[in-house]
Formats: sequence, C-alpha cells, structure tokens
Amino acid sequence: MSYQWRWGVFLDPVPSSGATYLGWMLTGLQTTVQLSLTAWLIALVVGSLMGVLRTVPSRWLRGIATVYVEVFRNVPLLVQLFIWYFVVPELLPVSVGTAVKQLHPFLQQFLAAMVCLGLFTGARVCEQVRAGIESLSKGQKSAGLALGFTLSQTYRHVLVPMAFRIVVPPLTSEFLNIFKNSAVASTIGLLELAAMGRQLVDYTAQPYESFISVTVLYVLVNVVIMAFMRWVEGRTRVPGYIGGGR
Amino acid sequence: MYELDWSSIPGALPFLWAGMKVTLKITATAMLAGIAWGTLLAVMRFSSNRLLSWFAAGYVNLFRSIPLIMVLLWFFLIVPAFLEGLFNTPRSSDTRLTSALVAFALFQAAYYAEIIRAGIQSVPSGQASASLALGMTYGQAMRLVILPQAFRNMTPLLLTQTVILFQDTCLVHVSALADFFGVAYKVGDRDGRLVELLLFAGAVYFAVSYLASFLVKRYQGRLAT
Repeated sequence: MSYQWRWGVFLDPVPSSGATYLGWMLTGLQTTVQLSLTAWLIALVVGSLMGVLRTVPSRWLRGIATVYVEVFRNVPLLVQLFIWYFVVPELLPVSVGTAVKQLHPFLQQFLAAMVCLGLFTGARVCEQVRAGIESLSKGQKSAGLALGFTLSQTYRHVLVPMAFRIVVPPLTSEFLNIFKNSAVASTIGLLELAAMGRQLVDYTAQPYESFISVTVLYVLVNVVIMAFMRWVEGRTRVPGYIGGGR
Repeated sequence: MYELDWSSIPGALPFLWAGMKVTLKITATAMLAGIAWGTLLAVMRFSSNRLLSWFAAGYVNLFRSIPLIMVLLWFFLIVPAFLEGLFNTPRSSDTRLTSALVAFALFQAAYYAEIIRAGIQSVPSGQASASLALGMTYGQAMRLVILPQAFRNMTPLLLTQTVILFQDTCLVHVSALADFFGVAYKVGDRDGRLVELLLFAGAVYFAVSYLASFLVKRYQGRLAT
C-alpha cells in the first residue's frame, strides 16, 4: 500500500482562516461536550420528574409518563432528531416558527439536537428512576406517610433521595450513551466531533489520521467519564444496597 | 398554521416497502451474525488463554465506547478503500449495503457479547463442575450444558437488543442507502412533504418497535412461569 502517513497534517492551517485542523477538531469536541452536558441536564430533570410520575397513585399522571416513555423509546433517535429539526418549526405557530428559522443555523441545529437528545435520554433516565423507587421497600413510603408527611413530602424527603443514590450506576451508562448519541447530530449538519472528522477527510485527504484521531477522542471521553462516574458512585453508594436498575 | 397533506404517501408505498425490506435485511443479518460472533467473544472472555480473553475484552470495550455513526463512517468511507488498496482490486460498484451489514454485525456483536456473558455467568457454577466431572471437555460443557441454559435465560434481552438494532439501522442514512427511513426522507424531499413523511416514518418505527417490545415482554412472562 502506498498511503502517505502524515500526522503533522493537524498543525496545517485551514485555508482562508487562521485556525489549524487541530483547532477544528477541538472545536468539534467542545461542541460535543456542550451538547451532551446541556442535554444531560434536560434528561435528568425530565427523567426524574417522569420517573416519579410513573410511580404515583394517580392513574392520569402515570398514564402521561407511560406515553412519554413509550413514544421516546420506540422511535429511532435519528427520526426524532429530524422531527425536531424539520417538522417542529413547521408545526409551531407561524410567528414562533419564523423566529426559530431566523436563528443562526448553528443555534437551530444545536437547539434541535439538545432538546432531542435530552428528551430521548430522559425516557431512559425515567425508567431507571422508576426502577429505583420501586426497588425501595414498601415500608419506606409507609413510614413516611405514618410520620405525617404528605405524599409529596414523602417523595421529596424519603423516596427520591434514596432512589437517586441507588440508580447512580445505571445512570452512568446513560451518561456515556448521551455522548455517543450526540454524534447523531452530525446528520443535521451540526459540526460536532464526528462531523469534524468527516470534514477533515474532505479537506486534508488524510482519512486515516482524521478518523483515528476522532475515534481516539471518543474513547478518551469515555474513559474520563467512567473515571468520574466511578468516583461519584463511590461517594453516593448506599451501604447494604447493590446498584438498582432493572 | 401548517396544512398537513398526506397525499404523497399512498403512491410512495411500494418504495417505502422496498426500503423496509432493506431495513429488515440489515436487522436480520446483523442479529444472526452479531449473536454468533458475540457468543464467540463471550466464550473467549472466559478462556484461560490470556491473549484470547484480552482480545475479546478489548474488542467489546472499543466498540462500546465509539458512537455507531463513527463505526458506520469507518466502514463506508475508509474500509472499502483500504481493502481495495490491499488486494489491488478495481473500484467495485456499490459496496454500501455490504459495508452496512458488516458494520452492524461487528458493532452489535459487542453488545450481544455483554448480554451473553452475563447469561453465562447466571448459570450456576455447579453445572460446569458437574459436566467436567462427567468427563466432558470444556468445549462440550459449554456447548451442551452451559450455553443452552444461558440462552434460555437471556433470550428476552437479546430480543430487546434486536429491537434497538432495528431502530439504529436508520443511521445508514449517513451513506444515503435506501432503507425505510432513507426512502421516506427522499420521497418527502422530492414532494416537498418532508413533515408528513417524517411523521409517517416515526409512526411506523413506533408501531413496529412497540409491538415487538410487547411480544418480548409477553414471552418473558411465559418464560418466568
């Protein structure tokens, strides 16, 4: 094979701009991290709320949460992303839809991807939180109520804090997944890490270096998160319980 | 307010069905090849040969830490050119379907392998000891005693993973391969009816996945009794 390896390519300047290809790649990584973290916030908030609703006595509230989980788990992520990006702005009231379409393209892509990833992952977080709450013994809830707590106080002070500590290990894998899933945002043109890798191939004609670097960066992100989450798991472990989940 | 107009869907149904067949073909191939390769990987991880168990662990961890889209891009953009260079074959016509099949099979194998590994671990170790005491070799014990029980326990999980695989196949979009989603997108783009076609595609994926998950759950209930 006559492939010319040239790792120095990353230090070359990008034509008609001051950046280097290395700079491009780091910008992509930065977008990936920003997207994943903001989406993770949405996922945690929505997922916890829906997870609690999945276990409350009211049939209506449980029904809403069930529909949410089933819809967001049974439609592929890519289809959801395209719906958020292409369909939702059309279905919004005209004034809002036009306002969205007048945003900077990067912002449009980022917002669609963030909401999409957040709600998609939220459905999975919801199921973990529900499993965590259901894994608690019935006595915890009864004791809370017997002490004179209202139902919402029981959830707030007794059930949810316990459930959260139990579901940290399964949430770790969801946290890892959101980083991997963020690569799907490249399909609507968001220049995150995977998209930058593709663009590097087009610009530099050094496909191996570009793809190997991007792949290594994803693996590195994975390793860093795993180390961080192991630390969190150690801090939050409840003595006497082994990780909840299904 | 946007006026929905579904009129371009009936005429496109034959194309959509052709796309669905591609989707199902990728799903079925990746499932069968992935489970076969995944079983091998899982067994390798228990091997006393360090090299084999390291290889299997490295393989599984590597594939589980890269996004599926990256794996697909490798197999669409890099691997075909690499193989052509290696064997000096002429640039062949359209390798995208083959690339997709191989990529999905190799990627899913890593996920199946983890499920199968857990399944093997769930078989009590007395079963292995008993088989060895009866004079079976390690391979025979695996094949005749442990794997059949492991597979019975983990079938629901393997099927659930396959539903996920079915949903993930639409990521072949990155190569513009005409799977179900690809066809829906192209028809919508052509007729200026992207909104309707995307909603329709979402509804179809939902119906198939929901039904499949429901059946898996029922089957799981039957296994438990």
